[in-house]
Amino acid sequence: MLSIKNLKAKIEEKEILKGINLEVKPGEVHAIMGPNGSGKSTLASVLTGREGYEVTGGEVIYDGKNLLELSAEDRSREGIFLAFQYPIEIPGVTTTNFMKTALNEIRKSKGQPPMTAGEFLKRLKDKAALVELDPEMTKRYVNVGFSGGEKKRNEIFQMAMLEPKLGILDETDSGLDIDALRIVANGVNKLRNKDNAFIVITHYQRLLDYIVPDFVHVLYKGRIVKSGTKELALQLEDEGYDWIKEEVAS
Amino acid sequence: MNDDIILNKISGDYEWGFTTDIDMETLPKGLNEDVIKFISRKKNEPAFMLEWRLKAYKHWLTLEEPDWANIHHPPINYQDVIYYAAPKTEKKLNSLEELDPKIKETYEKLGIPLVEQQFLAGVAVDAVMDSVSVITTYREKLSDLGIIFCSISEAVKEHPELVKKYLGSVVPYSDNFFATLNSAVFSDGSFVYIPKGVRCPMELSTYFRINAANTGQFERTLIIADEGAYVSYLEGCTAPMRDENQLHAAVVELIALDNAEIKYSTVQNWYPGDKDGKGGIYNFVTKRGICGENAKISWTQVETGSAITWKYPSVILKGDNSIGEFYSVALTNNYQQADTGTKMIHIGKNTKSRIVSKGISAGFSQNSYRGLVRVGKNAVNARNFSQCDSLLMGDKCGAHTFPYFDIKNKKATVEHEATTSKIGEDIIFYCNQRGISEEDAVALIVNGYAKEVLNQLPMEFAVEAQKLLAISLEGSVG
Ligand SMILES: Nc1ncnc2c1ncn2[C@@H]1O[C@H](COP(=O)(O)OP(=O)(O)OP(=O)(O)O)[C@@H](O)[C@H]1O
Ligand SMILES: [Mg+2]
Repeated sequence: MLSIKNLKAKIEEKEILKGINLEVKPGEVHAIMGPNGSGKSTLASVLTGREGYEVTGGEVIYDGKNLLELSAEDRSREGIFLAFQYPIEIPGVTTTNFMKTALNEIRKSKGQPPMTAGEFLKRLKDKAALVELDPEMTKRYVNVGFSGGEKKRNEIFQMAMLEPKLGILDETDSGLDIDALRIVANGVNKLRNKDNAFIVITHYQRLLDYIVPDFVHVLYKGRIVKSGTKELALQLEDEGYDWIKEEVAS
Repeated sequence: MNDDIILNKISGDYEWGFTTDIDMETLPKGLNEDVIKFISRKKNEPAFMLEWRLKAYKHWLTLEEPDWANIHHPPINYQDVIYYAAPKTEKKLNSLEELDPKIKETYEKLGIPLVEQQFLAGVAVDAVMDSVSVITTYREKLSDLGIIFCSISEAVKEHPELVKKYLGSVVPYSDNFFATLNSAVFSDGSFVYIPKGVRCPMELSTYFRINAANTGQFERTLIIADEGAYVSYLEGCTAPMRDENQLHAAVVELIALDNAEIKYSTVQNWYPGDKDGKGGIYNFVTKRGICGENAKISWTQVETGSAITWKYPSVILKGDNSIGEFYSVALTNNYQQADTGTKMIHIGKNTKSRIVSKGISAGFSQNSYRGLVRVGKNAVNARNFSQCDSLLMGDKCGAHTFPYFDIKNKKATVEHEATTSKIGEDIIFYCNQRGISEEDAVALIVNGYAKEVLNQLPMEFAVEAQKLLAISLEGSVG
C-alpha cells in the first residue's frame, strides 16, 4: 500500500529525513518510536504534503501512485489521514460542518454525490459513539477551547468519520488520560480491517498494549535505525534509546 | 467573446470590471456655482433645491477634508473630477423596451433583475448608471399601495413637500465635508416613501453602477417609513476597473417614524483596485437614520470593494423604546483600506442598540472598526451590546478597533466584546489534510465567521455575499 524508498527531505536548508525506507501493507499496524526531534512528525508532514518541506531524494509510492506529486488535499482524498500531534483550532466552523465539507469533498473527488442529511447524521452519531465523544462537542467550533485530551479525541473521531485507508497517528496518546487512551485505542482497533493500515507514532509502549503493532521501528536522526516486533517497544521502555544510539555510532 | 469579458477572465478577480460603451453627456472637470446650476437645471429642479445646493456649496468651501480616519491616500483634487455624467436619453422612460439595450445588457451581465417578468424574484429595482437613475421597476404595483419608489430627481419634482420636509433632516447639508459636497452636487439616487401602516410587500433595491471615467458619483437616498410602516431595502454597487481612483460620496438618510421599521442592506462591491493597489473607488459615505417611538432601524453591510472605505451607518434613537442595529462584514485585501463602523446615539428611554462587526483583513490591507456609543442623560435604561471581531489572513495586514463610549446616564448598560483570530498556513493545511482545498477552506472559515451578519441579509443576497467573500479572498493565504 505504501512504499517509502530512501526518502530524504529538508526544511529551511536543514536535512531532517536522511533516507527513510518503510513498507506498509494492507491490514498492518506500524509503530514508529524515537527520541524527540528525530524526524517522526517531519515524516508525517512529508507524507501528507505539508508545504515548506523539500524532498531531496527517494520516492514514495502509495496505491501505485507517486504520492509526492499529489497535493495535500488529493492525498487526503486518496485515503491518507493524519491525526495531528498538535490539532489546529478553526474559529467559526463547527466540527459537524467541517466533517460534512470534508466528506463531501472526498466524495466529490470520487464522482459520488454528497451524503444525504440523514446518512450524514447517522454516521456522525455512530462514530461519536465509537470514540465515546459527546455528540454535543461536534456542534462546537473545531477544537476551539478544547482541552488537550479533547482535541486528540476529536482527531480520532474525524478519522473514524473519514474512514481512511492509511491512518497516521502522531502522538495521539500524549495528553490523554488512562480512560481516554483506552477509548481512543479501542476506536482505532474497531476501525482496523484487512484493507487499511496505520502508522502509529508514539513515545510510550503503553499505547501499544492496546493497539498491538505488527512492526515497531525506531527513527533516529532521520533514519529508521532499528525495526522489530512489539517486543522492541518493551525493550525500549526498559532500556531507553542509549543502546540504539551506541549501535548507530559504532 | 468581447474584449471586456476576456480582460475580465484574465484578471479573474473582479468580475464586474467591464465598461459599457454608451452615448454620454458629461460636463467638463471641475466644480463651481455654474456646475451646480447646470445640474439643477438639467434636472428641472424647483428653486428650493437649487438654493439648498448652493448653500451647501458655499459651506463646503469653508470645510477641510477630515483626516482622523485610519486611511492614507494622495490628496484628492476636487477640480479634477467630473460632477455630471449621464447616459444620453433625454426623454423619460415609460417601459423597459425604451431602455438603451446597452444599458439593459450591462445590468443583465451584472445579474440584476430589471425585467419585470422576473416577478418571482420579488425585488423592485432602481438602477442608477453614473449619475442618473435609468429605470425603476414595479412602480405601478407599488403605487397601488401608496408606496412611492422612484429616483430622487423625480421625487424632487413630484413630491416636493416630502423632499422639503425630510431631505437633510437626518444628515444636514452642513454635516461633514463629504456629505456637504454631496448636498451640493448630488446627481441622483433613490427615494422611498411607505405610507402609514403599510408593509412593503417586496424588497426594494437600488443598483449603483459607475461607468464613465474620471467621474465622481454622488447619490442621495432618502427613505421614509411613515408610522407603523415596514420596508426592506437593498443596495448593490459595482464599477469598471480603471487605473485612476474614482470618487464616490453618497448620502443615505432613513426616517422611521413611530412604530416603523427600516431594514437597509448593502453589498458594496465597488472596484477595489488591482493587486498592487492601483486604481479603485474612494468611497466616502454618510449613512444615518432616525427612529421615532418604538421604531427600528437595522443596517446590514457587506463591504468587499473600494480602495478606501470611509463609512459609519448610524442610528439616532430619538424615540422611546426604539432599536438600532448594525451588522457589518468588512473585507479588505491587497492594498485596500477600510475605516468603518457605526454610531448609536441613545436619546430616548429604553432604547436598545446592537453592533456586530466582523472585519476580515488579507494581503497588505488595513481594516479598522470605529464605533461610538453615546447615551444621553435622559436615556434611562438604554442598552448597547457590541461585538467586534477581527480575522487576519497572513501577517502583512492590519486590523484595528477604535470603540468610543460616551455615557451620560447611570442607568444604562453597555457591553463590549472583541476577538482577533488569524488564519494561517497551519489552518489551511489542516483543512487540506481533511480533503478540503484552500479555496473551500477559506470560504468555509469566512462564511462561518461572518454568518451572524450574512443571516441578516435576504436569502438571495446572502448567497451572493458568501460567494463574493470567497472570490475576494482567492489566493490570500499562504
Ligand atoms: N520549520 C522548521 N524549521 C527548522 N527546523 C525544523 C522545523 N520543523 C522541524 N524542524 C526540526 O526538525 C527536527 C525534527 O522535528 P520533528 O518534529 O519531525 O521531530 P519529532 O521526531 O516529531 O519529535 P517529537 O518527538 O518531539 O515530536 C527537529 O530538530 C526540529 O527542530
Ligand atoms: Mg513530533
